[in-house]
Amino acid sequence: MPTTAFLTDSTLCIGCKACEVACKEWNNVAEDGLNWSGFSYDNTGAVGAQTWRHVKFVEQSPEPGFGGNAPELNSWSFSSDVCKHCENAGCLEACPTGAIVRTEFGGVYIQPDICNGCAYCVVSCPFGVVERNQDDGRAFKCTFCYDRQKAGMTPACAHTCPTGSIKFGEITQLLAEAEARMAQLHERGMQDATFYDASDTSVGGTHAMFIVRGDPRAYNLPPKPEVPTVYLRKAWRSSAIGAMMLLGGAIAAFLADGNGRARQ
Amino acid sequence: MSDPVRIPPRVPDKPRIPDEASERRLFEIRREDESKGIVKGAGVRPAGAPFPMASVETGYYGIPLLKEPSWTWEIPLYFFVGGAAGSAAVVGAIANYTGADRKIVRDARWIAAAGSVLSPALLISDLGKPSRFLNMLRVFKPQSAMSVGVWTLLGFSTAASATVFAQLLSDRYGPSFPVRLLENAGEAAALTFGLPFSNYTGVLIGASAIPVWNKNVGNLPIHFGMSGLSATVGLLELMGSHRSRALQMLGLGAALWECWEGFHLESRREPALDPLRHGASGTVTRIGGLLSGPVPAALRLMTMFSGKRRSNSLRTAASLSAVAGSLLTRIAWVHAGRVSARDWKLPLEIGRASD
Ligand code: SF4
Repeated sequence: MPTTAFLTDSTLCIGCKACEVACKEWNNVAEDGLNWSGFSYDNTGAVGAQTWRHVKFVEQSPEPGFGGNAPELNSWSFSSDVCKHCENAGCLEACPTGAIVRTEFGGVYIQPDICNGCAYCVVSCPFGVVERNQDDGRAFKCTFCYDRQKAGMTPACAHTCPTGSIKFGEITQLLAEAEARMAQLHERGMQDATFYDASDTSVGGTHAMFIVRGDPRAYNLPPKPEVPTVYLRKAWRSSAIGAMMLLGGAIAAFLADGNGRARQ
Repeated sequence: MSDPVRIPPRVPDKPRIPDEASERRLFEIRREDESKGIVKGAGVRPAGAPFPMASVETGYYGIPLLKEPSWTWEIPLYFFVGGAAGSAAVVGAIANYTGADRKIVRDARWIAAAGSVLSPALLISDLGKPSRFLNMLRVFKPQSAMSVGVWTLLGFSTAASATVFAQLLSDRYGPSFPVRLLENAGEAAALTFGLPFSNYTGVLIGASAIPVWNKNVGNLPIHFGMSGLSATVGLLELMGSHRSRALQMLGLGAALWECWEGFHLESRREPALDPLRHGASGTVTRIGGLLSGPVPAALRLMTMFSGKRRSNSLRTAASLSAVAGSLLTRIAWVHAGRVSARDWKLPLEIGRASD
């Protein structure tokens, strides 16, 4: 089975939200994001239990008199966000039921028939992707169209994207493609084009990679996401110390109070 | 992010009379256009301008990256009950092994057993799909604190209930070998499981993506363990063992640790710790901290220097304070986690001007 990935190139995104619609239709995800947010043309805000693809509208200070997308200007860009399908996935590690698994395509998939809604994955995702659906009780996120991939097909969002902004394919091939695209953008003068896949962090890379313009933080992409398992060693050490304190304290206290029995 | 400034549209109320300055400005604009082919000006500022912008300073419109913990009220209560029950099993077993007063041993077993029934009930009722609780037992994942915790809970509950069951049997039908075996084995197992059970919830939230929790990953388990211990001691005292010196010492030790913990949390000036100091979550944290640390510590010290009558009431006050403090502390930490998840600056590593 090929290890697959998404490459989302925001320089090609036109903000049409076809991916969001395609995702909702194929996966039968309920509507949301119908409230006016006041943040550009984005009323959804973030990916969540009912939004597995989400187009960010990154509006940056336009300079009056200038316009368009001249290479030296950074005014308005769009970027379709999605579950990162981390190499070291916090959600997967945290899941106590084994509902969240790594698929044969390298994606991270929540088996809906196993998930019991403990919501521990919610606090374990460093990208704030997975969320508990309050009506249903279970956790949901992008499935990487596991069903479609199994049938040898492209995920619905990538299939629908009219500009080729969402690319889907074999991961090493996409990485090479990303490199070529970055070189091309830099050559054309978009010096601020940035590649993001968190491979230099404990997340160890993602199966959803991004090309954005400028600092990824304006796209809510964290500079240093950490998979929470990195904290485990310290945590259990503290737990062991705490247990020893409890045990030692109890032994010491009751031994010191040797005549406690007689006194009562 | 700060709210965008709302500027109402400027509507001219009377016709403007052209003067020298205005004409000179028009001439300048024309000159600029001729020479540069472009005119730079303020442009139109429609109603609502300036609009919210995404940037390195404002992130993505200040929309939080992380998701808030979606646990309901059961979970902080579970942290409290589990912590108290776990330490009760340890205290009870050690009291038994050292030949301390039987009342402490028996009461501690009851606390542990009550916790072993309440804990799973609370945990299950928080699940989105309670009917699927058993799915937790499909796998054992050492890298998931939730999985480790559920198995610990299972072992603990079985052991603690078995101990009390054996105790009941021997009370009723007199001691017999199988009953004593069950009682002793149950107690030993409850002690073994009780040790991690008393503080694993600190690991559970410490090893997460929520900044205020993972920044305290090294102290949360001990903190939760000591909080559980002080609740247990308080409960045992309230149940009538208020003259035990051993409990007094344990309670004092736990309270002093909580004082140190409070000092530790208050003295670190990291923005990630703000929810423990500011706003509603900060208030609950501080009240919980005071009731767990300084208040019972002071009251317990005072009992040592006062007459029997007065010392009894002081000690009851210390017990009550410790129990309430332990409960509030758990509520405060979960609340702080929610507030922390809403802080969009932390995961984006955007600094605060004030820090
Ligand atoms: S982005 Fe979050 S939900 Fe997606 S794989 Fe990584 S940890 Fe899991």
